[in-house]
Amino acid sequence: MKRLLWAAVLALGLGGPGAAMAQDRASTLRVVVHANLQILDPVWTTAFITGRHAYLIYDTLYAMNSRFEPRPQMAEGHEVLEDGLVYRIRLRPGLRFHDGGAVRAQDAVASLRRWMARDAMGQQMAAVTASIDVVDDRTFDIRLKERWGMVLDTLAKPSNPAYIMPERIAQTPPNTQVTETIGSGPFIFVREEWRPGNRVVYRRNPDYVPRQEPADYLSGGKRALVERVEWLYIPDQNTALAALTSGEVDYFEAPPLDFIATLQRNRNIRIVDIDTLGTQGLIRPNHLYPPFNDPRARQALAHLVRQEDFMRVVVGNPQLYRPFCGAFFMCGSANGTEVGSEPFRQPNVERARQLLREAGYNGEPIVVLQPTDRPQYNAATMVLVQSLRRAGVNVDVQAMDWSTLLSRRASRNNPYEGGYHLFITTHGGPTTATPPANTWFNSRCERANPGWACDEELSAMVAEWARESDLEKRRPILERIHRRAWESLPYIPYGQYTQPIAIRSNIHGVLPAGLPVYWNIEKR
Amino acid sequence: MWSYVARRVLATLPVMGVVAVIVFLMLRLSPGDPAAIIAGDHATSEDIAQIRERLGLDRSLAEQFVWWLGQLLSGDLGTSIYLDRPVLGLILERVEPTLALSISTMTFAVALAIPMGVVAAWKAGSWIDQSIMALSVLAFSVPVFLIGYGLVIGFSLTLELLPVQGFVSLAEDPVGFARHLVLPTVALGLVYTALLARITRATMLETLNEDYIRTARAKGLAEPRVLILHALKNASVPIVTTIGTGLALLIGGVVVTESVFAVPGIGRLTIDAVLQRDYPVIQGVILVIAGVYVLVNLAIDLAYSLLDPRIRY
Repeated sequence: MKRLLWAAVLALGLGGPGAAMAQDRASTLRVVVHANLQILDPVWTTAFITGRHAYLIYDTLYAMNSRFEPRPQMAEGHEVLEDGLVYRIRLRPGLRFHDGGAVRAQDAVASLRRWMARDAMGQQMAAVTASIDVVDDRTFDIRLKERWGMVLDTLAKPSNPAYIMPERIAQTPPNTQVTETIGSGPFIFVREEWRPGNRVVYRRNPDYVPRQEPADYLSGGKRALVERVEWLYIPDQNTALAALTSGEVDYFEAPPLDFIATLQRNRNIRIVDIDTLGTQGLIRPNHLYPPFNDPRARQALAHLVRQEDFMRVVVGNPQLYRPFCGAFFMCGSANGTEVGSEPFRQPNVERARQLLREAGYNGEPIVVLQPTDRPQYNAATMVLVQSLRRAGVNVDVQAMDWSTLLSRRASRNNPYEGGYHLFITTHGGPTTATPPANTWFNSRCERANPGWACDEELSAMVAEWARESDLEKRRPILERIHRRAWESLPYIPYGQYTQPIAIRSNIHGVLPAGLPVYWNIEKR
Repeated sequence: MWSYVARRVLATLPVMGVVAVIVFLMLRLSPGDPAAIIAGDHATSEDIAQIRERLGLDRSLAEQFVWWLGQLLSGDLGTSIYLDRPVLGLILERVEPTLALSISTMTFAVALAIPMGVVAAWKAGSWIDQSIMALSVLAFSVPVFLIGYGLVIGFSLTLELLPVQGFVSLAEDPVGFARHLVLPTVALGLVYTALLARITRATMLETLNEDYIRTARAKGLAEPRVLILHALKNASVPIVTTIGTGLALLIGGVVVTESVFAVPGIGRLTIDAVLQRDYPVIQGVILVIAGVYVLVNLAIDLAYSLLDPRIRY
C-alpha cells in the first residue's frame, strides 16, 4: 500500500527532498518556539521570545554560570576600585559586531544607559549609579553613589540582561524600538528570511570569538555548531508534536506537559530538562482593595493552597514537580530558603476562615480572572477557585483570553468596576531566585507589578541585601526577608515545576542554561 | 454592462465604509490592550501607560477613528503595532499561501464534486447515488481540523509521504510547494466537495426532468453529451453561485486549516492579530477580505451572463 502511494506521489512529481536539501537540513537546527517573534528590541519589551532572540544575536558583558555566579563574557575582567565605588570593566580584544565594526567601550556604555532606563533591575542600578564613563576604547567605569553588591549580578542576570549593541543603535531613545538588529553574538539575524508569524532564521556568525572556557549555563564559550537556526512558530501544539515526531523539526521548546508521557515513549525523541530551577506558579492578590489589602486575608489564601493539588492538575507528571516548595526564591537555588513557610505546608481551612473574618471579609464576591486560552493558568485558576469555595468564599470567576487578562490586571480600578482580586501567573529561573530581581516579589507599592504589593519594611530589607556584597553576611538578611515575606505575602506560590524541552535523539550538546540557547548544539 | 460594473463598484464604497466603522468600534470596545501585551509579563503599569501613550491608544475613540480614516483615505492601511511594518505589506506577504490554498481547494472540490453530483443525479436512487450522498454528509459533518489531524496521522506520520506542516513558495521550490499543499487542500476541500456535490445533484435532477432533455435523448444523443452539454450547462447557474458562496465561506475554513497545518497565510495573520489586539492589522485584513468578497460576488453576477444568454446587464 505504502509503495503504491509513493508511486502515485512520484508520478505527480511530488517526490521528497533532494540531496542538497538533505545536506542543508543536516546543518540547520529547526526549532518550534513557544511564541511568535514580533518585537526585535529586547529593551522595549520583556517578552520571553524577544529575550531568546536577543541571546542568539547579542552578547552580554557578564553571564551566569551554573552556580549562579556572574562570569565575564564580553568582558575580559574587571577591577573594583575606590573602596567598591568604581567598577572598571575591560572588554575582550577582537570582538566585532555583525556589521564588521569593532565592539568598543562606547558601545557598551550607550547600551547600558538605554537598558538602565527601562529594565527593572537596571533602574535599581541606575538609582545607585553616579556615572558611566568611557576610559578608553576597551575600558569603562561604572561609578556608584554608594556601595552596591549587585553590580555584576545585575549585568549577568539571565532574564533581560544588558545586551550590547553598536553605539549608534543604542542611542535610540529607550521608549522607541530599534530598527536594526546588529549584535556581536554567535548568530546573525537573517532579516530577509524573517516571516513574522511563521519563521525566523539565524545564521552562524563566522567572526564570533567564543571564550575559551567550556560553555556553562549562560557563560563560557558560545560555539555555534550549526550553520542555521530556524525558528518555526506552530501555534497548534498537536501539529508541533506531529512535526517533531516526523522529524520535520529537531527541537520543541515548550511541549505541553501532558504530551511528555507520549514523547517519552518515542525512542527518536529525548526529553531534556534545561532549567534546573524550573518555574514557580503564583497567585497574585490585588493589594489595593479589601480583603487582600490586609495581610491576614493573604495569609488565609496561603492556608487554602495545597501545592500538590495545583501541581497534579497543572503538571500531572510527579517527576516534573515538587510536592511543596516554600521558597519565594526557588527551591534548589542559592537563595532557596523556606523559613517562614512552615505554617503553610498543609492547608488549614479553619484557620483561613478565621483570618478572613479578622480581615473583615463578609462574603463579598471575590473577582478571579480566568485565562481560558492558557491551559496551565486556566487549570491552576480552577483549582484556586475550588480551594476558595471550600472555605466558603463567594467567588466571581471572570473568564477571558490572556490578552484581555493582561490589560485587566494592569487596571487599578475597584474589582467590581473593571479591576480584580486575584489572578494567576508564573515566573522562573535565576532571576526569580534573587530578591531584588524577583519582579513579583517587589513590594514597592506604586512601583510594583500589577497587584501592587506594598510593604516598605520588606523593600528596605531587600535593599539592604542588595547593598551587601559579602555572601556570608547576606544569608541572615535573606532569612529575615523570607520570614517577613511569608507574613506579608506579596504573592502566594502554588508550586514549582519543570518545563522540559523535547528534541530529536540526533541532537546533542543542549545546554541546561535555564532557557533555550542554540550554541553548543550539534546534529549528528 | 460596463455601466453596471461601475455602479456595482461604486455601491461597494458605502459597504466598505460601514465595515470600517463596525470593525473599528468592535475592536476598540472589546476588552484587551496591545500595550499590555507589548510590555510583557514583567511590565509595571507605568510601562504599559507609556506604551499606550506612544501608540496613541490613550487618545479618545473619535480622535483615533479620524486619524485612521485619514490614513485609509490616503490609501494607507496603517502600520502593525508589533512589527512596525505597513499592514498592506504584511497582507501581501501572506497572500500567496492563502491564494494557493484557496485555488487548490476550489479546484479539488470542483474537479471531484461536479462529476460526483452529475453521476449521483444520473443514477438517482441507485447504490452509487446513495454512497455519494452518504459520503458527502460525512465530509460535511466532520470538522476540518479533525480531517486535518487524521490526514497528518495517515499520510505524514504513518506513511511518511507528505509534510506535516508549513508552506514553501512556488518560486522557491515547485515540488515543495505542491507537497505542502496536498494535505491542507484535501482537509479543506472535502467540505466544499460535499457541498458542491449535493447542489450539483439537486440541480441536475431538476434539469434532467426537463422536456428538452427528453427530446435530446429521443433524438438519440449519446448520454454523456446529454448530461454534460445539455443538462450540466443549464444547471450551472446555481452551481456557480455555490462556488462563489463557497469562496466566501472558504475564508473561515482557511483560518482553521492554516492553523492546523501551520500555513502562514491571511487566516493565521488574522488570528495572531486578534489574539494580540494588533488593531491596524485586524482592521486592514477585514477591509481587504470584505473587498474581495464584494468583488467575488460581482464576478459571479457577471459570469451568469456568460452561462445564461437570457441574463443581460
